[in-house]
Amino acid sequence: MLTRSVRSSLALLALAATVACSSPPAAPPPTGGGKKVDPVTASVLMGKVTFTGIAPAPEPIRMAAADPNCTEGAGPNPLSDAVLITDGGLQNVFVYVKQGLDPAYSFDVPTKAVEIDQHGCMYTPRVLGVRAGQPIQVVNNDNTMHNVHSLPASNRELNQSTPARGTTATQTFTMPEVMVRFKCDVHSWMTAWVGVVAHPFFAVTSADGVYEIKGLPPGTYTIEAWHEKFGTKTSQVTIGEHTTQTLSFVFNPS
Amino acid sequence: MAADWLHRYTRVLVAATLLLIAAGGMVTSTNSGLSVPDWPTTYGYSMFSFPLGKMVGGIFYEHGHRLIASTVGMLTVGLVLFLWRVEPRRWLRRLGWCALGAVVAQGVLGGLTVLFLLPDAISISHAALAQIFFCLTISIALFTSRTWRVPRIAPIDDAGLRRSFVVLAALVYAQILLGATMRHTGGGLAIPDFPLSYGHLIPPFWNVPIALHFAHRVGALTVTVLVLMNVTAIWRRYRDHVELMRPAGILLLAVGAQVTLGALVVLTGKQPIVNTLHVATGAVVLGTSLLLALRIWRVRFEARGAAEVWRFDVEPRAVALQKPVVR
Repeated sequence: MLTRSVRSSLALLALAATVACSSPPAAPPPTGGGKKVDPVTASVLMGKVTFTGIAPAPEPIRMAAADPNCTEGAGPNPLSDAVLITDGGLQNVFVYVKQGLDPAYSFDVPTKAVEIDQHGCMYTPRVLGVRAGQPIQVVNNDNTMHNVHSLPASNRELNQSTPARGTTATQTFTMPEVMVRFKCDVHSWMTAWVGVVAHPFFAVTSADGVYEIKGLPPGTYTIEAWHEKFGTKTSQVTIGEHTTQTLSFVFNPS
Repeated sequence: MAADWLHRYTRVLVAATLLLIAAGGMVTSTNSGLSVPDWPTTYGYSMFSFPLGKMVGGIFYEHGHRLIASTVGMLTVGLVLFLWRVEPRRWLRRLGWCALGAVVAQGVLGGLTVLFLLPDAISISHAALAQIFFCLTISIALFTSRTWRVPRIAPIDDAGLRRSFVVLAALVYAQILLGATMRHTGGGLAIPDFPLSYGHLIPPFWNVPIALHFAHRVGALTVTVLVLMNVTAIWRRYRDHVELMRPAGILLLAVGAQVTLGALVVLTGKQPIVNTLHVATGAVVLGTSLLLALRIWRVRFEARGAAEVWRFDVEPRAVALQKPVVR
């Protein structure tokens, strides 16, 4: 009797562990209708994202207190890189085509993984975009332990260790989702944001706040700019054939 | 005497369990629950071979919690063996087995909540069972104490106080469950001001987190009023009963500290140490309420199983001399 109940308990535990560790069936990435962008008519959308007003002071990170191994390369007083502004240009803004793209278009999904680096106990880059169905590989380049914990709303959550330098964790989001937060629970300040989109028309602003989206077919689009602290701004833009269109965004402290 | 050593051992277990609850509170307060993604291993290491030098950041809290939990688990196994070896009361030996079952279930819940990425239901169950286990250890410590076995003065027989302390203990537990639900569903700052709620006595708008948070505040007020009433009753009627007066004083202090800490949790924006102290003090309020309830109910225990109680460590002749008179 006892043996039977022990067996039942073990079976239940094994079932629970299996459910916990197995992946739910993945939704296929959007396929579209097979239409391809004509490179002759494709245009470029570019612009600058600026910040006006008084920028919040960067928050200090108590890195050494949490993990002495992290201070390598981080300097004595590491600061958060959540808000980076150079000459008014706002870095790490994710700009993408939110609406207006003809659903008949199809885009091949790159098989090469986009890489995120865990270095100096920070995620680099902090903000990036990937295609739905494209793998993301997180690499530990530190002499300490990290975990990779993604917090999507529509996709599958991941919590995997990268316990030593050189170890990796790979995740593929099958559903478009803007944005997905990545954190490391070992080092609470480590954050990355990934914009998962169904098409290749996205960009992240550089240090001077500039972005560029290439290969956009003519049309009228809703463009959204997202920043982790300042929220989102949207704007309508009409793109002609083989042109370079400019669209800028301005964020402020509110 | 073995019985006294058994009691000392149970007190160590109670202290270790309170430390474990505080360590668990620290895991939640620092959002470190998933800093060790695997279970029962830690980054592939077995529980006890994980290098101390690698206990950094969130791993320090999560793995530390696991180590303390393992210690409490082993202490509970030791308790069962100790009870089996020296304790003649069968029901008390069975209570030891219940404690062991609870601590094993608690360990499994802790593991599952990690593997399932902290689902609210499992995390809240983990918090709820922790308090049940703490109550079991306190009960066993009380039942093995000399003051329980051989009271210096006759235990009280007060039906009204018995009822009100059962209500108090149940209400405190419900309040802790409410707090755990609020905590694990992210409602700790759903009402960001204190003592008012969005500048009003009653929140001007509602959603589930606000409702949970406000219910927790109302629960705190109710528990505080009930504690004041019950402690006053003990102070008025049983001032000569040290075994009641002492824990009643502790209960009063703990409730005062708990309300203050609750306010500070909001005002400091959930500062981890304040948050953790609030969790641990909640356990102290529950444990003290239960202890008082059991002491007030002692006369009924005696009526149901007096012979077994007295056979424990008192000679028959001494029983006749020491057996308390029931009012």
